[in-house]
Amino acid sequence: MSNLMHIQNNERLSRANIPHLDFDTFRKELLNLAANDGQVVQFFAYEDQGSYKLLAVMRQNYKLFVTGCDAPDNFASLTAESEKFHMFEREIGEQYGLKAEGHPWYKMVRYHENYTGKKDVFDNNYDQDIPGNYPYFTVEGESVHEVAVGPVHAGIIEPGHFRFQCCGERVFHLEIQLGYQHRGVEKLLQTVPYKRWPIIAETIAGDTTIGHSLCQSQAVEALADLKVDEGASIVRTIALELERIANHIGDLGALSLDVAFNPPAAYFGRIRGEYLNLSQILGGNRFGRGLVRPGGVTHVMGAEQKQLLREKLAELTPEVEHVNDLIFTAASVLGRFEGTGTVSHENAEKIGLVGYSGRASGLSYDARATFPTECYGKLPANSNEKTDGDVCSRGTVRREEIMHSTTLINTLLDKEEEASSYIPETIELAPDSFVVSINEAWRGEVSHCLLTDDKGEILRYKVKDPSFHNWTGLALSLRDTGISDFPLCNKSFNLSYCGFDI
Amino acid sequence: MDSLLSFCFAVAIAPLLPAVIQKTKAYFAGKQGPPLLINYYTMIKLFKKGSVYSTSTSFVFKLGPVVGFSTSLMMLLYFPMAEIAPLFSFHGDVLILFYLMGLGRFFTILAALDTASPFEGMGAAREAFFSTLAEMTVFGILILFFRLTGSLSFYEFFSGNHVIDLMGEYSALLILVVVGLYIVMLTENSRVPVDDPATHLELTMIHEVMILDHSGPDLALIELGSYFKLLFYSGFLARLIDPFHADNAIINGLLFYAVVAFIYITIGVVESITARYKMPQVPKFILTPFILVFFVIILSMGVM
Repeated sequence: MSNLMHIQNNERLSRANIPHLDFDTFRKELLNLAANDGQVVQFFAYEDQGSYKLLAVMRQNYKLFVTGCDAPDNFASLTAESEKFHMFEREIGEQYGLKAEGHPWYKMVRYHENYTGKKDVFDNNYDQDIPGNYPYFTVEGESVHEVAVGPVHAGIIEPGHFRFQCCGERVFHLEIQLGYQHRGVEKLLQTVPYKRWPIIAETIAGDTTIGHSLCQSQAVEALADLKVDEGASIVRTIALELERIANHIGDLGALSLDVAFNPPAAYFGRIRGEYLNLSQILGGNRFGRGLVRPGGVTHVMGAEQKQLLREKLAELTPEVEHVNDLIFTAASVLGRFEGTGTVSHENAEKIGLVGYSGRASGLSYDARATFPTECYGKLPANSNEKTDGDVCSRGTVRREEIMHSTTLINTLLDKEEEASSYIPETIELAPDSFVVSINEAWRGEVSHCLLTDDKGEILRYKVKDPSFHNWTGLALSLRDTGISDFPLCNKSFNLSYCGFDI
Repeated sequence: MDSLLSFCFAVAIAPLLPAVIQKTKAYFAGKQGPPLLINYYTMIKLFKKGSVYSTSTSFVFKLGPVVGFSTSLMMLLYFPMAEIAPLFSFHGDVLILFYLMGLGRFFTILAALDTASPFEGMGAAREAFFSTLAEMTVFGILILFFRLTGSLSFYEFFSGNHVIDLMGEYSALLILVVVGLYIVMLTENSRVPVDDPATHLELTMIHEVMILDHSGPDLALIELGSYFKLLFYSGFLARLIDPFHADNAIINGLLFYAVVAFIYITIGVVESITARYKMPQVPKFILTPFILVFFVIILSMGVM
C-alpha cells in the first residue's frame, strides 16, 4: 500500500483501506504534494475509538489523494513549510485541541471550546464574548493608524471584524477575524436524524444552498448506495448553474454600485430576481431550498417548466449581455476595477484560492472540469483569459461564467430524460466507510467529507466552504491598496461569513 | 422687499432641488425615485427627533452643525439670485464669504475629530485636503472676476459696468470658468465623481462619514446647510450661463430657477454616467479647474 491513496470524487472507501501512516511520514507526504502543485481539499482531525486521528484529502492536477495518521497532541506544523495548511491547522487546534507547533499565525478560527476537553490551544476560557483574547497584528510607527470595522456593519450583511493597519490612505495589512456566526453545524449534523440533514446543509451558507445540499446528497448517495437517475442529475446541474448566475449577477450589480455607477446596479438587481424566479420554476423555491435530496430531486422538470425556462432565458440573456457591456465599457468603471486589489498568481497558489477568485489569479482549477459530478462530465468547461488577479479580473471571470452557465443550461434543457421524483424513505449508511464529495458551487470548491463508524453511524462530518480558503485572499488583496477600495475588493470576492463560521 | 422675498424663496426651495438630482438618477436607473418633497419630509422627521450625543464628545461636537448651517445660510444672504439685489452686499464680501464657508468646514471637521472615530478622522483628512485644492480654483476665479469687473462683491460682479455674463464681452474666457466652477461645485458638495452621497460604505466616504455621529436636529441643520451650499454654487453657475433676461422680476426669477434646476439635472446625469474616481485620482480631477482658471487669467491679460 502506498502512502497516498488515489481516490475519485464521491467514491466510497472502506476506512480500513485508507493509508494510516506515522505522523512524520504523513507530514512529509503532504508537504511533498503541496510543493508539487498539490492543494488541500480537506484536512481535519477526528476521534475514533478513543484516539485522535488526522485525515487529509489533497488534490494534484486531476487527481485526488487521501491519507491519514494518528494525531499527536503536539505536532510539527506543516504551515511552517507551506502556507496551504494554515487555516486547516488552526481549525484542528480549535476543534480538537491538537497544537501545531511552529505555526506562524496561530489564532482562533471561530471561537468555541474544543470537542475533546483538552487545554485550549489559544489560551481562551470562553468566559468573554468573542473574540476573547485574540492577538491582533499591529503595526507601530509615526503616522500609522488603525481602523477597526465591524462586527456590525452599515449594510445588511453578516458580522465580521476587519482591522486595518494603515499609513494614511494606504493599507499595510488587513486582519479579518470571524466566528460570530458559528452554529456548530458539523456537530449538529451528527445529532439529528437523516431527515433533517438536507435542511441543515441548505443553511450552511444561504447563498450556496444548492452547492452544499448537492455535496451532502452525493456523499450520502455514495455511502448508502443510492443511484440518481439521469433526469434528476440534469435538474441538479441546472439548479447549481442558476444559483451561480443569480449570485454573479447580483455581485456584478453590487460592484457597480460600490463605484457609484448606479444604472447597472439597478438593472442587475432586477435581473437577479428574474433568475431567482427561474429557480422557483425549477424547484419551487427562489433560493433552491427543498430541491436536492439524497437519492434525487423533489421536483420533476416537465415539458412546461422546460419551456418556461427556455423562453425566459432567451429573453434575459441579451439583457444581461447589454448590462455587462455597460459596466465593462465605462472608462470610469474600468479605472476603478483595474489594478485594484490584486492577488498575484504566486500568492493565490500559496494560499490555495478557489473558485472565480482563484481563476482570476490564473489558477484554472474548476471542480466542474477537474472532478466532474452530475452532468458536468459531458459538458464543455469554461476558460478565461483575463487573469491579472485584480477586481476587474474577478468581475470579468464572473461575466464569462454567466454566459457559460447559460449555455450549459440551454444544452441541458434540450435533453429528453425526465427525473422520477424518487426519494428513499430510509437511508442506511455503509459502516466503516469514507467518502469525500467536491462540487464547484458558485463561489468555488465546496466539499463535504463523511466518515462512518462500525454501526453505520456518522463518526465525523466535515464541511468546507470555499470561503475557508478565500478570506485570506481578501486580506492579501488589500496589501498596499487604498483603504477606500476595501468595499470594492470585498465585494469582488463576496465571501460567506456563515459558510466560514459553520 | 424684493431682496427679502428672493432670499426667503431661495431658502424655501433649497431642499426641493436636490430631489431633482435623485429623480434624474432614478430615471436613468429605470426607477420611480423618491417624491419631490422627500427632503422636506426628512427635515420634519429629523426636527421632531432628539439628538444623541456620545459621552466622549465635547461642546465642539454640538457647535459643528450650528456653525456649518449658519455659514451656508450667510452665502444666500449675500448672493444675488435672479438678478435681484441680495440683502447684504459690500466691497470684499466674496472673500469674507468664502472664508466663512471655510470656517463652517473647519467646525465640521473639528466636530468629526471630536468623536475620535477612526472613520471620521479619515473623512476629515480627505475633506480638508480636497477642499484646500478646490480653494485654489475659487480664488483663481475671484482674481479673474476682480480683473474683469474691478469689484469684489457678488452683487457687483453681475450688476456693474462690466457684467460677468457668458453672453457678454468675455464669453470665451467664461466658458472655461464655467467648466472650472462646475467641477468645484461637484467637489465642494461631495458629488460623484469625487464623493458618493448615496453610499453606505464608511471607508469610501468623504463628507458623509464626518457626520455619521450627528442625529436629529443636528443632522437636519447639516443637511439644510448642504442644500444651501449646493444652491449657492449652482446659483453662481446659473448667473454665469443664464441666457434669459425678462423685464418682469417674477418671470425672470422663474427662468433663473429653471436654469438652476437644469444644473441640478446635469449633476444627476453626471452621477448616472460616471463612476467615482479612485481616491488618488481625485486631486488630479480637482486641480484640473485650477489649471483652466489660471490659463484664463493669463488670457485675460491680453484683454485688459
